[in-house]
Amino acid sequence: MKLTGAQILMKTLQEEGVDTIFGYPGAATIDIYEELSKTRIRHILVRHEQGAVHAADGYARVSDRVGVCLVTSGPGATNTVTGIASAYMDSIPLVVLCGQVPTHLIGNDAFQEVDIVGITRPCTKHNYLVNQTEDIARIIKEAFHIARSGRPGPVLVDLPKDVIKRSISYAPPQSLRLRSYNPTYRPSKKQLQKVVELIKQAQRPVIFAGGGVILSKSADRLTEFARKTRIPVTASLMGLGAFPGSDPLWLGMLGMHGTYRANMSIAGCDLLIAVGARFDDRVTGKTDAFAAQAQIVHIDIDPTSIRKNVPVSIPVVGDCGLALDILNHLIDELKLEDLSQKRQPWFDQIENWKRTTPLAYNTQCAMIKPQFVVEKLYELTRGNAIIATEVGQNQMWTAQYYHFDRPHRFLTSGGLGCMGYGLPAAIGAQIACPDQLVVDVAGDGSIQMNIQELATAVQYQLAVKVVILNNRCLGMVRQWQELFHDKNYVSTQMEHAPDFVKLAEAYGAMGLRAVKPAEVETVLRKGLAAPRTVIMEFLVDPEECVYPMVPAGAPISEMLL
Amino acid sequence: MKTEKHILSILVDNEPGVLSRIAGLFSGRGYNIESLCVAETTDPKISRLTIATKANLPLVEQIKKQLNKLINVVKVFELTGTDFVQRELAMIKVRALPEHRAEILRIVDIFRCKVVDVGLEHYTLEVTGDEDKLAAILSLLKPVGIKEIARTGVIAISRDPKGG
Ligand SMILES: Cc1ncc(C[n+]2csc(CCOP(=O)(O)OP(=O)(O)O)c2C)c(N)n1
Repeated sequence: MKLTGAQILMKTLQEEGVDTIFGYPGAATIDIYEELSKTRIRHILVRHEQGAVHAADGYARVSDRVGVCLVTSGPGATNTVTGIASAYMDSIPLVVLCGQVPTHLIGNDAFQEVDIVGITRPCTKHNYLVNQTEDIARIIKEAFHIARSGRPGPVLVDLPKDVIKRSISYAPPQSLRLRSYNPTYRPSKKQLQKVVELIKQAQRPVIFAGGGVILSKSADRLTEFARKTRIPVTASLMGLGAFPGSDPLWLGMLGMHGTYRANMSIAGCDLLIAVGARFDDRVTGKTDAFAAQAQIVHIDIDPTSIRKNVPVSIPVVGDCGLALDILNHLIDELKLEDLSQKRQPWFDQIENWKRTTPLAYNTQCAMIKPQFVVEKLYELTRGNAIIATEVGQNQMWTAQYYHFDRPHRFLTSGGLGCMGYGLPAAIGAQIACPDQLVVDVAGDGSIQMNIQELATAVQYQLAVKVVILNNRCLGMVRQWQELFHDKNYVSTQMEHAPDFVKLAEAYGAMGLRAVKPAEVETVLRKGLAAPRTVIMEFLVDPEECVYPMVPAGAPISEMLL
Repeated sequence: MKTEKHILSILVDNEPGVLSRIAGLFSGRGYNIESLCVAETTDPKISRLTIATKANLPLVEQIKKQLNKLINVVKVFELTGTDFVQRELAMIKVRALPEHRAEILRIVDIFRCKVVDVGLEHYTLEVTGDEDKLAAILSLLKPVGIKEIARTGVIAISRDPKGG
């Protein structure tokens, strides 16, 4: 059977179960698009390639499938870099297909040539330049396998135009064999037995869940583990949803903007069980002071995460889900005697922290408080929406005030902290889950970074909702300037911004605005109920800060409140 | 914690771009490379890289894990702390004025190295040895006048009959 490279590509993508591609065409990919039109794969035409990658990222996070992008060479490829870097830091499985100039022109500074493989080497899990048509099928299969297995991540495949156009007699690739890539899934049972011993002795234990719990689909097993062992749970930003936010054992998020009780629990615990986390500096603060009294257990599929930032007493390399299964099993066998008794002082202490220093804001203000908007959003959606965020204060308030009971419903650029992530990610999530309510909580700064994707949402009739917490400034940076730079507000005041209501209308979406607290609920109700793309703008208190806050590099227990 | 030299022997897929992945890992994460050698093994699909790096113990552990994480890395051995042989080859161009020639040849003799090129005013010596030997000959030749030097960087192999 004679097939062109483009035909082989389409065949292989379909074998991998791809039904949606986010992309933007150009000369280098025109042949691929031609073939794409003959398949049943749905192509979502974004308005900027960065949007394509974030959309594929959002799609992957809610659907547990590999997100796929298709972009042209040169500027199309470079526009994907930010999205790829974000997905890489958050371990999101993507396959990014780039067009490339024909092989005989590579290295000649040809029109729209860039060395995208070179550029993305440090921010992909792996990448490929396909040199010959014969390799396409194998490489695409490898790319999907690498993207979704082990610690997931983005894989880029660069496809020169001649490789795509050439016809060969197609032979299906041999079975996939990567001799140098074998992630460790099975954790050591011996190590886990030691963990159980520590749990029996611990007086003040804490579980710390990271994004790995969500990626490994083990939130239910983590919940079972915590409830059985009666250990309170905190999570990183990426781990929100790994444990029900409404459970009495829930401590709230930890880290720079973590809850008082979560951070104090870390400072005071004698056993910390970290599952699928990587101890980012925004989580640990000053590492020497992080869980300084605790033995640390660290379960993670990526050995490089273990002992990278903090010393660990019991490292466990493996899949979080399998490790939690074994732990749950060991605990059943042991029939742990009632631990509640022994832990009571610890629970009392935590309860005390919670009572004296809860998350709070001034509810008597005449201006809309951003936290109030998020609280109302939580209330009206009963915690059931898929929530994307942009970056900055909007992201932190969402993390603090929207309580996630389930995994795969919170989309945020955690590791890269990439403004402009939320709207395209929400679009991707809405494509994957057409029947669910998807909301992007945004700042007035971030939303302007990928605002063009509003057109994508309208074109595909996606009822994505954008909640803009408009504080007329780059709030998070302004907050740092207020607290650490003598209120020298350099370049953080957005002196000119568009009229977001008119902007929404110009794009063919619905625009709503609330300027007073009393209007918040009405606007939210109306916007959430409308079966179309909506921007809801809330003019919020421009001076509001996110608290608690651990200044960068300070011990986690030293919070500004 | 003490920073020491560690010799890593790394088997990698013999493919374009692999060296760049490894060099990029070291530069991107701020790891030190003291020397790096690479060539094909008996299996043409596999190359061996020998990297000498300076790091403390936790860091060298992290470096090994990061290397292992690269898809094209087949195996990483740390030779430091095991029984192994190491060699480096250097070509040293020294000033060889008539009054120094005898002295230079004596050094050549003692270190069992070779004169591989002779000019009116220079000798080029080829010397092979471990780190200490190269350091010793360089210190002896310095007063004579070293004009240029090219070194391969260290290569090393385990003494274990089954491999490292
Ligand atoms: C692409 C990008 N550029 C710059 C930053 C630095 N930064 C972090 S938060 C922030 C302010 C965000 O402002 P806005 O979107 O209005 O959100 P707010 O903090 O006001 O809620 C900036 C500029 C970033 N995270 N990402």
